[in-house]
Amino acid sequence: MFYREAGDFKVSYKDDSQTFPIAFDRFRYYAVIAVAFLIIPFVINDYWANAVFVPFLIYAIAAIGLNILTGYCGQVSLGTGGFMACGAYACYKLMTAFPDVNIMIHVLISGGITAAVVTLFGLPSLRIKGFYLAVATLAAQFFLIWLFNKVSWFYNYSASGQINAPDRFVAGVQVTGPETEAWAKYLICLVFVVGCAWLARNLTRGSVGRKWMAIRDMDIAAEIIGVNPLTTKLSAFAISGFFVGISGALFFAVYLGSAEAGDSFGITKSFLVLFMIIIGGLGSIFGSFAGAAFMVLLPVLLKNVLVGGLGWDTALAAHLEFVIVGGLIVFFLIVEPHGLARLWLLTKEKLRLWPFPH
Amino acid sequence: MSADFLFGIEVIINGLMAGVLYALVALGFVLIYKASGIFNYAQGVMALFAALTLVGIMEGQVPFSHLINAIFGTEVHHFGWHVNAFVGIILTMVVMVALAWAVQVVIFKHLVNQEPIILFMATIGLAYFLEGMGDLMWGSEIKKLDVGIPQGGSFWIEENTAFLGGDDFFGFFIDRLDMVAAGVALILVLALVAFSQYTKQGRAMRAVADDHQAALSVGISLNFIWVLVWSLAGFVALVAGVMWGAKSGVQFSLSLIALKALPVLMLGGFTSIPGAIVGGLIIGVGEKLFEFLIGPMIGGATENWFAYMLALVFLVFRPQGMFGEKIIERV
Repeated sequence: MFYREAGDFKVSYKDDSQTFPIAFDRFRYYAVIAVAFLIIPFVINDYWANAVFVPFLIYAIAAIGLNILTGYCGQVSLGTGGFMACGAYACYKLMTAFPDVNIMIHVLISGGITAAVVTLFGLPSLRIKGFYLAVATLAAQFFLIWLFNKVSWFYNYSASGQINAPDRFVAGVQVTGPETEAWAKYLICLVFVVGCAWLARNLTRGSVGRKWMAIRDMDIAAEIIGVNPLTTKLSAFAISGFFVGISGALFFAVYLGSAEAGDSFGITKSFLVLFMIIIGGLGSIFGSFAGAAFMVLLPVLLKNVLVGGLGWDTALAAHLEFVIVGGLIVFFLIVEPHGLARLWLLTKEKLRLWPFPH
Repeated sequence: MSADFLFGIEVIINGLMAGVLYALVALGFVLIYKASGIFNYAQGVMALFAALTLVGIMEGQVPFSHLINAIFGTEVHHFGWHVNAFVGIILTMVVMVALAWAVQVVIFKHLVNQEPIILFMATIGLAYFLEGMGDLMWGSEIKKLDVGIPQGGSFWIEENTAFLGGDDFFGFFIDRLDMVAAGVALILVLALVAFSQYTKQGRAMRAVADDHQAALSVGISLNFIWVLVWSLAGFVALVAGVMWGAKSGVQFSLSLIALKALPVLMLGGFTSIPGAIVGGLIIGVGEKLFEFLIGPMIGGATENWFAYMLALVFLVFRPQGMFGEKIIERV
């Protein structure tokens, strides 16, 4: 009914290999983009921006980054928090050292710096695999956090050890600092999200993406058919690091405003992003969005229902959240290892045939 | 002998004691990994859960009291009795066996033949679940665990070693709790070795560790062995939880010792019980010595990451760890 393919003729290879081959899908995608850019900025308020939309968009970038590394290339990383901190501190140093340069450029450069750092920590992946590597990335997590806490150059020798985002403007509109309007925060994140998702989607369906997936499925076999494990693994680390760095920079500059490495980018952040891609779907760009939305909305929902609705203690609600999140992780791994993205795909398949299933 | 040198020796001895405690946690990992190929991230949380349960039972707390109070508006918190440590430990062990059974039936039965990394992530989920569950059941405040283990420095050792140095040296300071822990760890390892060498179940366990299918074909029940192994790991977790809980109080940070046990495992190899012990000792001594010698130069608090870096550098040269089986891959 909804997914009519009749009449939707492909007359060139370009038509055939586009991202959304079904016309309805394409129009829905344009509609989502239009709503996101043209409607939400006019109706958004501070609560919705800070509690839901801005964290969702920023985590979506981080999840895309981790999904490239873990979902597409099969290298499990538990260092996402440390890498986000790397992006955040790079952005802070750039913002304070070069105040006249546009912040968007700073964010991109922080992504680049993080990519370099992540590639460095990705080097052991050529020798060690599986959870050995996962544990090795923990080294990155703890080392980076320690570094940002101990070396005062990174936080410009401030007494509190915190970094604070100075006021910066894009085209005359303030995007960082305490007086930023909700819609400005939202829009700058949205621009980066759309850019990153577009880039990631096109990378993963190209030859780079196919190499990543070959390495993920079996690295020795991939090597035998001519995939270079060195460049493939390290490119996955670098590109993943670029996205994670951007999300870290935005998380600090736009969302938090002030940050401290241990509090804001601890090991729990690494697990949070990992859970997003497990629940959302490993190896899927849509899954990164779905997982980020899920993990951002779940605490908000629980808080509103349990604390706001039933008047429970906040600590109790937090414990219950742990139980629910843990349970859901296990549930998804058992029932649907490919996560929400897979469920969405199944729904679409059903809708293609509905209401005439035969 | 100069005082610095003697302090160095004291650091090494205390490092060895800390290493024993790391090794205790690492043992639980190795047991499960050998028998089922599951890398159990939840081991540290199991130690926390066991310690919380033990305290809860000994104090006579009502499980889920906060939740019950929130739902029904009641004011229950304690049953009003106290259980002695020995009975408490036995009851906690019953809970851990039940937990092992539940984990096997509810989770890992459905994940047989999945990729190791999926199993690993499932145990992360389990860790979160258990952490929330422990807090829900027993409350999240820091608790004191007292099972009658002596604590504080040993005066006997201090007095008898004071003559080694000059006037500014007062003898070695060694915590009695650490010594008890080392003794318990030794007994535990001997008992585990005896169990796996000389009992029927132990032999079955080794058979499963060697080859699942071959074990299945000679009539060994995989389900039973896996429950057994998870129970054993629960027991090791309980011992580790008691030791760490007595040392620094039962609190959330207890679950982070799992993270400390990971580099121990990487160093020693995932499949080797002696590896877990030797790895634990090396990490314990290494991080204390590094903090003592190099730490002051680069700002201190190096214990957070040193173990990982050591393991990382080591792995680059020997990917399977010190005592691990050689990793052979086929296409």
